[in-house]
Amino acid sequence: MTDLTVTAENLRRSFDDPNIGKVVAVDGLSISVRKGELTALVGPDGAGKTTLMRMFAGHLKPQSGSLSVLGIDVAQDPQSVQDRISYMPQRFGLYEDLSVQENLDLYADLHGVPAEQRQERFGRMLEMTDMARFTERPAGKLSGGMKQKLGLACTLVRSPDLLLLDEPSVGVDPLSRRDLWKIVQQLVDDEGLSVIVSTAYMDEAERCAQVFVMDKGRLLAHGTPAELTSRAKGLTYTAIPLSGMPARDLQAGLIDARDLIIDATPQAGNARFIRQPTADEADLRDLLGGIDTEPRQEELEDAFMMLLREQEQEDKGASAATGVVGRKQAIKDDKPVIVVRDLVRKFGDFTAVASTSFDVAQGEIFGLLGPNGAGKTTTFRMLCGLLPATSGHLEVAGRNLRTARAQARARIGYVAQKFALYSNLTVRENLEFFGGAYGLRGRTLKNRIREVLGQFDLDPSAQSGQLPAGFKQRLAMATGLLHQPEILFLDEPTSGIDPLARRAFWRMITALAQTGVTIIITTHFMEEAEYCDRIAIQDAGEMLIIGTPREVRAQAGDRAGQTMNDAFIAVVEQHRADSRSRQVAA
Amino acid sequence: MSGSGFISRLIALTRKETRQMLRDRSNLVVGLLLPLVLILLFGYGLSFDVTDARVAVVLEDSSPITLNAVAGLEGTDYLSPIWLHSMPEAEAMIRAGEAEAILRVPAEFTTDLAQGRGTLQLILNGVDSNTSQSIDGYATGAISNALEHLADRSDTRFTGSGVTVVTRTWFNEAGNSTWFLVPGLIVLVMTLVGAFLTSLLIAREWERGTLESLFVTPVRPLELVLSKLAPYLIIGAIDLIMCLLAARYLFEVPMRGSLWLVVLSSMLYLLVSLGLGLWISGVTRNQFAASQMALLISFMPAMMLSGFVFDLRNVPVAVQVISQALPATHFMSVIKTLFLAGDYWPTVIRGLGILTCYAAVLIWATHRTLAKRLD
Amino acid sequence: MLYLAQLFALIRKELRAILKDPSSRALLFAPALMQALLFGSGATYDLTHAPYAVLDQSRSAASTEIIARLEGTGVFQRIATLDNSSQIAGQIESGDALLVLQFQPDFAAKLSGGAEAPVQVILDGRNSSTAGLASAYVSSIIAAYNADQGAVPPLTIVSRAWFNPNFESRWNLMPALIASLSMLQTLMLAALSVAREREQGTFDQLQVTPLTPTQILIGKALPSILVGLLQSTIIYLIIRYWFGIPMNGQVWLMYLGLITFTTAAVGLGLSISAVALTMQQAMLYTFILIMPLMLLSGLLTPVRNMPEILQWITYANPLRFGIDLVRRVYLEGAGFRDVSFDFVPLLAIAAVTLPLAAWLFRNRLS
Repeated sequence: MTDLTVTAENLRRSFDDPNIGKVVAVDGLSISVRKGELTALVGPDGAGKTTLMRMFAGHLKPQSGSLSVLGIDVAQDPQSVQDRISYMPQRFGLYEDLSVQENLDLYADLHGVPAEQRQERFGRMLEMTDMARFTERPAGKLSGGMKQKLGLACTLVRSPDLLLLDEPSVGVDPLSRRDLWKIVQQLVDDEGLSVIVSTAYMDEAERCAQVFVMDKGRLLAHGTPAELTSRAKGLTYTAIPLSGMPARDLQAGLIDARDLIIDATPQAGNARFIRQPTADEADLRDLLGGIDTEPRQEELEDAFMMLLREQEQEDKGASAATGVVGRKQAIKDDKPVIVVRDLVRKFGDFTAVASTSFDVAQGEIFGLLGPNGAGKTTTFRMLCGLLPATSGHLEVAGRNLRTARAQARARIGYVAQKFALYSNLTVRENLEFFGGAYGLRGRTLKNRIREVLGQFDLDPSAQSGQLPAGFKQRLAMATGLLHQPEILFLDEPTSGIDPLARRAFWRMITALAQTGVTIIITTHFMEEAEYCDRIAIQDAGEMLIIGTPREVRAQAGDRAGQTMNDAFIAVVEQHRADSRSRQVAA
Repeated sequence: MSGSGFISRLIALTRKETRQMLRDRSNLVVGLLLPLVLILLFGYGLSFDVTDARVAVVLEDSSPITLNAVAGLEGTDYLSPIWLHSMPEAEAMIRAGEAEAILRVPAEFTTDLAQGRGTLQLILNGVDSNTSQSIDGYATGAISNALEHLADRSDTRFTGSGVTVVTRTWFNEAGNSTWFLVPGLIVLVMTLVGAFLTSLLIAREWERGTLESLFVTPVRPLELVLSKLAPYLIIGAIDLIMCLLAARYLFEVPMRGSLWLVVLSSMLYLLVSLGLGLWISGVTRNQFAASQMALLISFMPAMMLSGFVFDLRNVPVAVQVISQALPATHFMSVIKTLFLAGDYWPTVIRGLGILTCYAAVLIWATHRTLAKRLD
Repeated sequence: MLYLAQLFALIRKELRAILKDPSSRALLFAPALMQALLFGSGATYDLTHAPYAVLDQSRSAASTEIIARLEGTGVFQRIATLDNSSQIAGQIESGDALLVLQFQPDFAAKLSGGAEAPVQVILDGRNSSTAGLASAYVSSIIAAYNADQGAVPPLTIVSRAWFNPNFESRWNLMPALIASLSMLQTLMLAALSVAREREQGTFDQLQVTPLTPTQILIGKALPSILVGLLQSTIIYLIIRYWFGIPMNGQVWLMYLGLITFTTAAVGLGLSISAVALTMQQAMLYTFILIMPLMLLSGLLTPVRNMPEILQWITYANPLRFGIDLVRRVYLEGAGFRDVSFDFVPLLAIAAVTLPLAAWLFRNRLS
C-alpha cells in the first residue's frame, strides 16, 4: 500500500459551451495527495477546482491522463471508489422537505451503516454540529450555515477513506464556518481521515498540511502553507495612515499603484500591503509620501495574492474597474439619509427583527453583519421597500420606499444577494431594460451604457447567465449604478467570488463613497468590514453593536485577537452567553 | 454487500420518496383531488347525448293532420319544439343561437300530403355536426312515427313494403355516450397521475443538486428509478379504485369483462406512464421543460388521439401511425373492450403485450438517464 | 411620455426573454402548429373509412345492389366477407369491423313477395357516436334504395344544414382550436412570467425600480397576449388554407373577440402567477385549472348537454365564450350584435383578474 490517496497524471477535461466554444476546465494537471492529511485546493473562479473534485469522485470522466483514487482507477470503476469516499458538493443536496433526522437516516441507510454504529455516529455528529435540538425541523427551514453543517453530517454518516469537500464555507457565517472546521479537524486528528477541501478562504487553507494553488486548470504552486508563505518573505508591510485619514483611502491609493504594489487591504485601521519585489525604493517612498510603514509577518494570503497577480500579468488579465463611477454629489447637510427607529418585523410568532434603530449619513459605507438567519436580510429588504415593516419608523432619502411614489425609488440602486438579472438576455439587453425602467432614454441611456460597459469592462454581447461569477457580479453592479443612485444597497455582493475580483469590487466601492454615494452592504467576509465607516452586528433579530470597525474591535476585547473575524465571533458569542444566562436567571 | 444492500437501499429511498410526496400538498392535490374532479366533470359534463334540443317549428299550415304530425316532436326527451308562425323569426333564432333547428311546415303541406308528396323542410345549424345530425334523426323519426300512427288509425298505408333495417348495437344498446367516455376516463387519469406527477421528480433532484449527493453513495440507478415508481403506483391505485367505484355506482357503466383484468391492465398502463414521466424528467433535467413535455407528448395525445372520443377508424393513415405509437391507444382499446365487450382475449393479450414492452423499455431508458455521470 | 418609455423598456425585455433563444421560440410555436395539424386530421367524428364486414347468405340481385350502394358512398370500406354467422362475433369484438351487414337466406324471397325484408346490421357500440352515425348512414342508403324501387313514401323531409352543409365535425372542432390551443400556452406563459422572476430573484430587482404595479402588469400582460394572438393566427391560417374551411364572418370581429378572450386568459394566468411562490406551484395551479377549463368549454361536447349546475359554472370560463365567439363568427358569419353577449363574461373576467394580479404583485407576502 502506498501512502497516497490521489494520484493524477496529466489530467485533462474540457466542456463544450454553446456560446463560447470549448472551455478547458482542467488542463494537464498532475497532483498527488498524501493520506491522513488535510489538503487544500485554492484558486480563483474558473480555476477548475470543482471539475477536479468531480473527477476525484467519479462523476466526471477525465478526457486524458490517468487518475487513481485510493489505488483504484476511477474512470474504470467509479462505483468502488464511491463506495469508499464521501463527497460534499458545493451545494449539498439536502432534501428540504425531510427533517434533519430523516436526512441523516436516509444517507445512513444508503451507505449501509449498521444500526449499532449509527446511534453512536449520529450522536457525535449532532453534538459536533450543535443540532441535537433541531432533529425534527425540516432541512429547508434551517439557516444557510446550519444547512451546510447538516450537509457535512450527512456526508460523514460513516467513516470514509477519503473526504472531499467542495467549497464548504461559501456563504456561511464565521461562526458556522468555525464549527465546520472543528468537525473536520477533529476527524482528522481522531480518525486519521484524509480530506481534500477546496476553498476561497486563506485562513482555511492555512490549517491544511498541503496546499495546491490552481488557476485556469493548471497548478501554479504547491507545498505546505509555510513553504508557500515564504514566497512573500520581506515584501509585506503595514502602512499607518495619518490621523483623520480613513485606512481605506490609503489602501485605495496603494492598490492603484500596480507597478509598485502587489496588493493592499485595510486592516485594523491600517493598510497592509505587499510591495513588488522589483519596485524601486525611491518610487515607493514617493508613493507613500511620508506615511509610516513597518514590516509585518507574511501570511499565506500574501503569497496567494502574489501568485494570482503574476498569473494575471502573464495573461494580460482584465484590469479591474477604477476611476470615478458615480456622479459627484454635493454633501447637503448633516441630515442622515437613512433613519431607522424601533423597526420591528415579525413573521407570525417569529420575530425576525426586534426593535432596531440606527442612522446612516450621506457618503457613508455602512456594513450590516451577522450570522446566517440573524435578521440582516430582513432589515435590508425593509430598507429597500421590498418588505413592509410590522412597526417602527423607516426613512430612506426622506421617504419610506414601500409607500413612496415609484419615482422615489429612482434614487436608490440595489444589488441582490444572488445574481438576479435576466440570465438569458445579453449584458446590453439587461442594461437597456433597467436603464429604461429607471426612465433613462435615448442618448442619455446610450451614453450611460457605454460608460458602465467601459468601467466594468463588460462585453455587451455576452449572455449574462454564462458569465463567470466575478463578471456576473460586475454586471449586477453596473445595473445598480446605471441611473447614478444616491444610495446603493448591496446584499452579500462578494459571496462566492475570488480575492482578485473582491479587491476590484472594493476599490470601486471606496471610489463611489468618495463621490458622496451612501452604501449599505451586507457581507460574510469579516475582513471586508474593514472597508466600512461603521458596521452593525445583528444576531437573532437584535442589534448587538454599532460603531466603527475600531470601536467594534475594542468592545470585543483583547481575547479575540485582532482580526475582524475574531471580533465578530467574540461579540456574537458574548451576546449569546449573556442571553442564555439571562434566561437561566429568569 | 450486493443483495441485502440493494433491498435496504431500496427501502430507504422509497421511504424518502413517500415522505416527500406526502409532505408536498400539491402532489396530493394533483394525484388525488384532480382525478376526483375529473371523474365528476367527465361523467357529468361530457355528453354527446342530445336532450331538449330546441327546434323552432314554423307552422305555415295548421290543419289537424299537420298538428298531429308535428305533435310527435313533443313526445320525445330529445327535442323541445318552439312554435312560431314566420320563417324570418325562426331564422333569427338560429342566428342568435336560441334554436338548433327549424322545422318548416309549408302552407300547402296538407294538400300535398293527401296526394302522397308531402314535404317538410328541416333546417339545421350544422356547426355542431354531431348534435345536428342527431336532431335530424330524432325529428325525422318522430314525424314519421306520428304519421304512421295516423295511417294505422285511418287505415291508409303511407309506407310501402321494401327493405327494412334491423339494427342491433352490441355493447351499448342505448348508444349512451357515458358508457364509452367513462372507461376512457381511466386512461386519462392514469396518464395524468403517471406522466405529469413523475415528470417533475428527477428534474427536481437535478435542479436542487440532491442527485449529485446521492451519486457518491453506493446507490445504483435502478434503485433510484424503482423507488420513485413505488409511491406513485399507490396513488395511481387509489385513483383507479375511485374511477372503478364511480363507473359502477355513479355512472352505472357495466363491466362485462373480469375485474382482475381491468386492474391488471390499468396497473400495467400506470407503470408505463410513470415510466414515461420519469424518462422525460431524466432527459430534460428541468422541471419546466419536463412538465411541458409531459403535457404535450402524453396528456394531450391521450385525450385527442387515443380513441378516447374520436374513433381511430376514421382518421387518416398518417395519424393512425402516430396514434398506434401511443401506449394510451392500446390501453384505451383494452379497457373499453373489458368494460363493454368482455374478456376478448386477442385484444387483451395484444394490448397487455405492447404495454409490457413499453414499461420495460421506458424503465430501462430512465435508468440510462441516471447513469452516474454529470456530463 | 416617461411612463410610456418605461413601459416600452419592460415590454421589450419581456419579448426578448420569451423569444430569445431558438429553442424557446420553437417551444412556443411548434406545438401549436403540430397540434393544429394533428388534431385537425385526427380529431374527427366523421366516418371516412368505416370498416365493415358482409355476411350475404341471400346472394341475390337485391343484396348485391345494396352492398354496391354501400360501397359507393365511399364512407364504408369492406374488410371481410363472411361465410357464416358464427364469424360475426369475432369481427365485432375485436373491433376490426364497425358493423356487420347480414342478409338472411330468405331475404330475396321476402322482398319479391311484397313482405318486409329485414337487413341485419350489427354494430360495435363501444363508441356510441360512431355507431349512431353508421346506423344512420345505412338507414339512409336503404331508404334511397327503397325509393328507387318505387316505394315512394308520401312524406319526405328535406334536411338542410346551414353553416356546415356536409355535417363535417372538423368544421366544428377546428375553429374552437383557434381559441383553445393558444390558451393552453398563453395561460402557462402568463402564469410563469411572475413566478419565474420571483424564483430567480429578479422580481425584487424589478420592484426596486420606479416601475409602478400597473406598468408591470401591462408589461407582463401585453407580450403574453401578443404571443397568444400570434398562435391563434397560425392556427387560423392552417384551418383556413390547409384544411380549407371557409371563413364566413368578418376577420376583424374574430380578432376583436380573440383579443378580449386572450386578455381574460392572460389575466387568469397572471393572477395564478402572482399567487404562486415558485414556478412549480404556478405550473401546478395552471395545470389544475386547464383541465376543467377545457372540459367545460364546449370544445369536445356541447355545453348545453351538461347538467344545469355545470352550465352555470361555465360562466366563469373564458374559453367557453372564446370558443363560442370564434365558432359563430367563423362558421355562421355572426355579426357583432349576434355575439355581443359573449364579450360580457370575457370583459368581466379580465376586469377582475387583471387588477387582482396587480394588487397581488406588491402585496403577496414572500
